[in-house]
Amino acid sequence: MIHSPLILAAGQGPFEATLNAYVILSAVLFAIGFFGVLLRKNTLVIFMCLELMLVAATLGLVAFSRYNGTMDGNVFVFFILTVAAAEVAVGLAIIVALFRKRQTIQVDELDALKN
Amino acid sequence: MSDLLFNFFAVFTVVCAVGVVVNKNAVNASMCLLLSLIGVAGLFALLEAYLLAFVLLLVYGGAVAALFLFIVMLLDMQGGKRPPFKRATLVASTVAAGLLAVGVLSLRPQAGQLPAPAEIPAIGASLKLYAYQLFTTYLLPVQIIGFLLLIAMLGVIVLSKKFEGVEDIK
Repeated sequence: MIHSPLILAAGQGPFEATLNAYVILSAVLFAIGFFGVLLRKNTLVIFMCLELMLVAATLGLVAFSRYNGTMDGNVFVFFILTVAAAEVAVGLAIIVALFRKRQTIQVDELDALKN
Repeated sequence: MSDLLFNFFAVFTVVCAVGVVVNKNAVNASMCLLLSLIGVAGLFALLEAYLLAFVLLLVYGGAVAALFLFIVMLLDMQGGKRPPFKRATLVASTVAAGLLAVGVLSLRPQAGQLPAPAEIPAIGASLKLYAYQLFTTYLLPVQIIGFLLLIAMLGVIVLSKKFEGVEDIK
């Protein structure tokens, strides 16, 4: 098996970034986004944190794909990015429509379904 | 070298992600999101997913962050006071943070179980493989994704259109 120099640089140094490091980083990013969703009251910021969670999941997928030597994870991430772009467009349109109707995007004041 | 870059990008990404959550100003939050996404793109490049890094920069850094900024400007909801958190919220988030910390710590590397990165072909061949898979194995998902984008575009147009005679419809 022929080793390309790039793979040697990425994988076989004495202190290479391991799969665990990537997975932990992905988990930390996901947790940060999750707390943003839980704690923030501004719908736009909640939406940004949602995007952060999505990107954290894709980071995990790419890392697993790289360490598995297959391309399937990368292809899947490509689809996720596409869906995320569509999701952002629709979500922001919904937020704008909401603001037009209610004049606010604070989740505390959007309680029409409460009780 | 790779390790140094990984540490740099990891710290950069996490710090900017925290910035998204704690920033009071929505404009600053979206700029932090942009920086965080650039950090993730760097990590993608370290993982030799160069195409994905580029797409992430283009789609997220270019389009999505600009869209967020645009909506923040459009809605102009600065100056709203943030109400203090309830006690239940604080307790629940502390418990959840503890659980997540335990979960993350359980991922710590056990000695002798670290998988080395698999040997994949060099960049050119890998990109060719990528495109080949996209247009053979995953041809149907590609078509469906294209249709989904079309539907999303139509939906956004309908959502953001002002209906004049909406009362008549009711």
